[in-house]
Amino acid sequence: MTTRTVQVTATHLPPASAGAFRDARRRERRTLAVLVVVAAAVLVGFCTIGLVGNWEYALGIRLRKVATMIVVGYAIACSSVIFQTVTGNRILTPGIMGFDALFVLIQTLIVFFSSGLALTAADPRLLFAGQVVTMVVFASALYRWLFGRRSRDLYVLVLAGVIFGTLFSSLSSLASRLINPNDFVVLQDTLFASFNQVDPGLLLLSVLLMPAMTAWAARLFARLDVVALGRDHAIGLGVDHSSVVNQALVAIAVLVSVSTALVGPITFLGLLVANLARQLTGTYRHRVLVPAAGLVSVIVLLGGQLVLEQVFSLNTALSVIINFAGGVYFIALLVRESRR
Amino acid sequence: MIQIDHVTKRYGETTVVDDVCLSIPKGGVTSIIGANGAGKSTLLSIVSRLLPSDSGSVTVDGLDVATTPSGKLARRLAVLRQENHMSVRLTVRELVAFGRFPHSGGRLTSHDLDLVDEAIGYFELTDLADRHLDQLSGGQRQRAYVAMVLCQDTDYVLLDEPLNNLDMRHSVQMMRRLRRMADEFAKTVVLVVHDINFASCHSDTIVAMKNGKVIAQGDTAAMMSPDVLREVYDLDIDVHDLSGHRIGVYFS
Repeated sequence: MTTRTVQVTATHLPPASAGAFRDARRRERRTLAVLVVVAAAVLVGFCTIGLVGNWEYALGIRLRKVATMIVVGYAIACSSVIFQTVTGNRILTPGIMGFDALFVLIQTLIVFFSSGLALTAADPRLLFAGQVVTMVVFASALYRWLFGRRSRDLYVLVLAGVIFGTLFSSLSSLASRLINPNDFVVLQDTLFASFNQVDPGLLLLSVLLMPAMTAWAARLFARLDVVALGRDHAIGLGVDHSSVVNQALVAIAVLVSVSTALVGPITFLGLLVANLARQLTGTYRHRVLVPAAGLVSVIVLLGGQLVLEQVFSLNTALSVIINFAGGVYFIALLVRESRR
Repeated sequence: MIQIDHVTKRYGETTVVDDVCLSIPKGGVTSIIGANGAGKSTLLSIVSRLLPSDSGSVTVDGLDVATTPSGKLARRLAVLRQENHMSVRLTVRELVAFGRFPHSGGRLTSHDLDLVDEAIGYFELTDLADRHLDQLSGGQRQRAYVAMVLCQDTDYVLLDEPLNNLDMRHSVQMMRRLRRMADEFAKTVVLVVHDINFASCHSDTIVAMKNGKVIAQGDTAAMMSPDVLREVYDLDIDVHDLSGHRIGVYFS
């Protein structure tokens, strides 16, 4: 490699692109390094600040929270970035299109159509696997129905997402009112998840599932870079567009399932972190974009929770704040887009 | 050679491409002309596998475009469509470098980088190379896209209205460059053109389409006749010999 460069410089001036791309890679690496440092600092702060009493016990609880936030943060960031790529826009995320509401509906309907007793007896991991498979099928169907025809108007899609999200959560609450009280208790356990009470078995499963999903998605990164140019360019450049999109959809559905099962829907987090990562790195490359979004996501979640616990002494849920900030950002994006 | 065999495309009741049989010779510049809605762009999209046909087949050097792996085809045939909106923010250099994807799979070698620089220089984009596409004028952006297609370094280059958004000077330069790509690099250039005089001055073969059918095909001199052009455009066009070219006059 080095000898080759020397040969090139010996014959004529080094190509301008080589330098430009080298600088760009260097910038990307620097941004990632800064994000890693900030994330590590927030992590240490979260684990140590205000640690009183039996610190072994308290630290155990905090570490579990940290693990949850890393898994959830990465899952939401990765799924949002990939979703934006395959749909070719920067405003829609799985959360906004009602994918997480769909997962809650699937959870509710499984309880609705089976008895609560059978569910408590069933292996929760098996149950989760069933939910994920169902989610993959229905999320793909929903995607195809919404994005199947070419060149859909962005505003129609946003509207459809809002309506579907509302429809799914209304159906969930209708179904949960119709089931008998015993089953409802079972359902409540799974639905009212938050960062403070996470099922340890599910968390362990998710922690194990994450590297597998990351590897699955990482194979696609180079091709996703091309898919981001749009369908026609991607095909022209030799990428099997529909195959990449289908595989990406499976990854998105699994990731959304994981994060929703662990802590419930956080609609606007994905939008926030995906766009922040794009702005901070200034790149189109998924190999950089996805880890950056994951790190930003962890920083937002851990930092937010830290501020919440230490400053506001836990008077309000983190997802409320994230959805407020993200919602404002979402509206700002929509307004900016409409001015173009 | 591009061989188009009984290709038909329908949208609901309307037949956009109607049982087209056509062979485009290897080498040289072939222009496809015709009125709006004649099916030129649709045919080009089918040939470049961006759109599946309802029936019939297309082969490029014997490779069926519907069944050949897309990656293999991308090393033989490059395509640029008319509208090129992108949701990602790219610099000119990054866009042009995407042309190397079929060869390098996203990992650019020093050979790739040389070709990127060459394509950028060839289209006079050196000063704009690190600007983002959304900071460019329509014509500059158009040149960047064509540079990407050139960078793909394929035997066949298919372009749908490459003169879109270009002023007179850049239109002429674009056509000359395409001509040179055919002459010096032995590429086969197929393009959809609206201006018959650009087609006349720079192409070897002209294909005329009307209502989804190919109604005439031949070498440029034969095609640039008032009879053929009246048939194609339903318009009386005087054709004159001016400085060695057949020029159609239809402005008044």
